[in-house]
Amino acid sequence: MKANQMTSTLTISHLTKAFGGVKALSDVSLHVAAGERVALLGHNGAGKSTLMKIILGLIPSDSGEISICGTAPGEAAARAKVAYLPENATFHSALTGLEQITYYLRLRGEDTSGAMALLDKVGLGHAAKRRIGTYSKGMRQRVGLAQTLIGHPSLLVLDEPTSGLDPVSRRDFYELLDALAADGAAILLSSHALTEVEARTDRLLILSGGRMVATGSLPELRREAALPVSMHITAINGYDTDILATWPNAIRVGKELRLDCAQEDKLATLARIASFKGKVADIDVIPPSLEDIYGHFSRRDGQ
Amino acid sequence: MIARIFATAITEAHIARRNRWVLIAVVLMVVFSLVLSAVGSAPSGGLGADRLSITVASLTSLSVYLVPLVALLMSFDAVAGDVERGTLPLLLTYPVARWEVLAGKLVAHTGILIIALVTGYGAAALVALVSDPEAAAGLGALWRLTWTSTLLGATFLGIGYALSSLARRASGAAGLAIGLWLGLVVLYDLALLAAVVADNGGTFTTQVFPAALLANPADAFRLFNLTASQATAAASGIGAAAASITLWQSLLSVLLWPLIALGLATLAFRKVEA
Repeated sequence: MKANQMTSTLTISHLTKAFGGVKALSDVSLHVAAGERVALLGHNGAGKSTLMKIILGLIPSDSGEISICGTAPGEAAARAKVAYLPENATFHSALTGLEQITYYLRLRGEDTSGAMALLDKVGLGHAAKRRIGTYSKGMRQRVGLAQTLIGHPSLLVLDEPTSGLDPVSRRDFYELLDALAADGAAILLSSHALTEVEARTDRLLILSGGRMVATGSLPELRREAALPVSMHITAINGYDTDILATWPNAIRVGKELRLDCAQEDKLATLARIASFKGKVADIDVIPPSLEDIYGHFSRRDGQ
Repeated sequence: MIARIFATAITEAHIARRNRWVLIAVVLMVVFSLVLSAVGSAPSGGLGADRLSITVASLTSLSVYLVPLVALLMSFDAVAGDVERGTLPLLLTYPVARWEVLAGKLVAHTGILIIALVTGYGAAALVALVSDPEAAAGLGALWRLTWTSTLLGATFLGIGYALSSLARRASGAAGLAIGLWLGLVVLYDLALLAAVVADNGGTFTTQVFPAALLANPADAFRLFNLTASQATAAASGIGAAAASITLWQSLLSVLLWPLIALGLATLAFRKVEA
């Protein structure tokens, strides 16, 4: 933790933002270290995009502090170090992919001869000289991705980066991210899907109703949520009443009996089920799913 | 800074070329200029002026309408279009200042306007020079018309950017631009003329009217060109009251207006939220 903060690329403390009296973010604190891949999860309206826009300096915060490599968001020095991929990236339809990337290279003061290589890197080399108006949604998203690779950014802010990408492109995308992180870039990406980001990020942040409700790696969040394990027992014909007698809370679903138990009781429960040898045909132990864990943290107040 | 302005200018030039704005502007200017020079050839002998000077006087009246229109057509989409397409937030996360973005668009659009003006006026001038050996005497007036038209165009480009920023929607910006064009270029003069007629030589005609003419960039442009070529009475129809405005006053208005318009555009663009 301390080591992280020493090399922290992005540090946010006690950030608050309201739109006309409605709190969009309350007391949000987070940090992203150099080389770290952090996923920001939350429902629509949880405050993900607002948080990102504040980090980018597109909208001001009401209170709290933000530091990007020691500079304030929106300052020229900060903008030179931050790359952004908006949700559903759009570009002028009359420009070709090559012209668009060349423009972005010029704005960052980079050599424009690298434009083709960037487009090749995201698999758009073949379409570089076609108008963006003729591109599919996934291709536009890849133009957006190509421009985030310009000039070794220290921090990448990616809003739903894989929306519109097919599974193969997603895998390629995460490989690009891994390479960037290995080079020392800090990455903050938002997503709806926990299943997608869990294997490809170092840490998860869950926003709900403008509050940071959970932070940590997936095993940490799993422990903290302490959701029950589900045991699915298939009894040998006729013996299910014996099992129901032992666990009156079990629910019958089709031929199965379903039983929830706390994490710490898991082994003891299994041992008792094992004692029904000759009466139990099969047993499945189902740990809480990623969506269950996510749902546990992101459940909004009053729901 | 210069590199970033030119980066935007090059991109805008690509867009304008693809969207046929270059072609439309050039064709409009050439067609109208040639038509005017053909029509304007008839009375040239009677006024005792060379053919090119007559053509320039006609082109001045044309440009008062056409140059603001072309400039507004090119600029109304400049900011509102980016807002609607959703391309603005990404652009504003780049290390580029908002005024640099506007300056880049201005460089590109002014460049296109200059191409259109030079080909249009050039075609008309060529016709005059070929048909009248004395026409070279009007080259000074032609040069004056060209650079003042460029400044008039820059003024309306700036006004167009300001409207585009205020409207935030391309359709709204287009409506505002057409309304403003009608107001400043057509209705303004009609209203002034009506007031002058009603006033019948009173204080309005002597005090307010000259100031009102100078306050309008299109009127200032016309006055400057006609005063400079001593053709005020012949071509403007505005009458003696306009003659009380000296050359430096209309020149000052022509020079100041682009700066005012760009200042307004920058202020309006700064208020656009990403």
